[in-house]
Amino acid sequence: MGHLLGDRRAIALLLGPALVVYTLVMLVPVAWSMGYTLFEGNAISGFTFVGTENLSRLVEDPNARDALWFTVRFAIVLTLVQVAVGYLLSLLYVFVLRRASGVVRTLVFFPVVLPTVAVALMFQQLFESAPRTGPVNALLEAVGIGGVDWFASGSTSFWVIILMETWRSMGFYAVLLYAGLVDIPEETLESARLDGASGARLVRHIVLPLSLPVLLSSVIFSINGTLKVFDSVLALTNGGPGSQTTPLTLYMYQTSFAYGEYGYGSSIALLLTLLSLVATLFIFRSSRRDLTKA
Amino acid sequence: MTALILTIVVYPLVWLVLGSLKTQPEFLNNATFALPENWANVDNYVTAITDGNLGVYARNSVLAVFPALALTILLGVAAGFALEVMVWKGRATTLLLFLAGIMVPGQMILLPLFTIYFEVGLTGSLWPLIITYSAIGLPLTVFLMATFFRGVPREIFEAATLDGANIFRMFFSVGLPLVRNAIFTVALVQFFFIWNDLLIALTFTNRDELRTIQVGLLNFRGQFGQVDYGPTFAAICLNVFGTLAVYLFLNQRVMKGLTAGSVKG
Repeated sequence: MGHLLGDRRAIALLLGPALVVYTLVMLVPVAWSMGYTLFEGNAISGFTFVGTENLSRLVEDPNARDALWFTVRFAIVLTLVQVAVGYLLSLLYVFVLRRASGVVRTLVFFPVVLPTVAVALMFQQLFESAPRTGPVNALLEAVGIGGVDWFASGSTSFWVIILMETWRSMGFYAVLLYAGLVDIPEETLESARLDGASGARLVRHIVLPLSLPVLLSSVIFSINGTLKVFDSVLALTNGGPGSQTTPLTLYMYQTSFAYGEYGYGSSIALLLTLLSLVATLFIFRSSRRDLTKA
Repeated sequence: MTALILTIVVYPLVWLVLGSLKTQPEFLNNATFALPENWANVDNYVTAITDGNLGVYARNSVLAVFPALALTILLGVAAGFALEVMVWKGRATTLLLFLAGIMVPGQMILLPLFTIYFEVGLTGSLWPLIITYSAIGLPLTVFLMATFFRGVPREIFEAATLDGANIFRMFFSVGLPLVRNAIFTVALVQFFFIWNDLLIALTFTNRDELRTIQVGLLNFRGQFGQVDYGPTFAAICLNVFGTLAVYLFLNQRVMKGLTAGSVKG
């Protein structure tokens, strides 16, 4: 019976098509893109060999440094915010709403599946300041703080992106962390309660330590995803004002398609890939077991 | 507390729908929180679909997404079966090779693909989208399918070999029915990833008639932007309602599938 499940021709037929498509459309282009880092030019005008010029330019380019810094800052801040909000929501589901949490979980999850472009355009309108006052500014004016021109500065734009991404993804992290929380045995919580722990103390001393593994996986998934942020930033601020909210992904895109510099674009893409690689190595080292459970 | 959270999640969407029913003067002259004057005003939707070309964009999305979805599922399920159920040397390495693809950012394959499609003459059709989406979906599909096949007791496959089933009959009549639900879940997850994609669609659609719904919506701002609020709101609404319809019926499965696919970040 072993030889039937080991039939080479069958393996080739079942695996072959996927492997061929994957190799041609992903693996070969990855290697090809690395090759591009040594050239200058684009698909239409042709290429010239420039050696390591692109790489040394990448090291010195202040725009690249800004984009890298934005990417890292964005990934760290958003990860902290969205995992924290997701965790608070999951605590709410488990300890306050309990069995009634189903509907709330489902509703809060909904923005996860919404097209990013639609959400970004919606947030543009929500945070609009002129010519029309959007709801957020209207609310701020009503309580006497006064409206803010959100998209006029890099720092306020940054926080609007963070807010938008949190709105989009908190339901996702809440469900992910919820799955970890319901795995905590009821007896453990019960005996802690008998020992007099309750509320914040129960969470801090019992629940939090027990949910550390799933929190860690969430953090790593989040870092891996947020490093590649593209759609939300492009649609919400298009990197502006100036280039103050431009992550590496967007910088690469602009370099390649607005300026037709494939070689330099590929170098930026390579930097991004290396950054993601470091994050992914963490994923498989620290949470491989959790992945296969779902 | 719960009410506050639900307001934060639901209110923006309600506000969006209300906005889509307002006329331009209402937007500019009435208070921000005013309700629409005419609740049956669908002019904005008509404008968005016809003048805004949203109908064409939606058709392009459907034409690109569903063939790609079918391909990625077909290839991915077969590969998952070969990698998990069948026994051969090197399958662990091959699975890892596929897994590596989950991490690769789209930006890393964009430029070579653009060059290839340009040289082969596929630029100017929806083929670059279909091909790229099929390939990009593979790593996660293969990974999830391998995981689901791992959950099937091996005895079932071994019993089938004793019954004299050949390997393809085993794949189609034993393997597939066992993971039918899983396939549906993975397809659903991939649907959202592909349907909501912006990067690939933006790169490979060089003409207005080829734009997908996401690229079309992005350019809506350019076309109507600060001038025409109503049609912009209506266009966002149409895009949101599409996913809402799917989510309304399949939310539990979507939630399960997307959290299972969380490796993608």
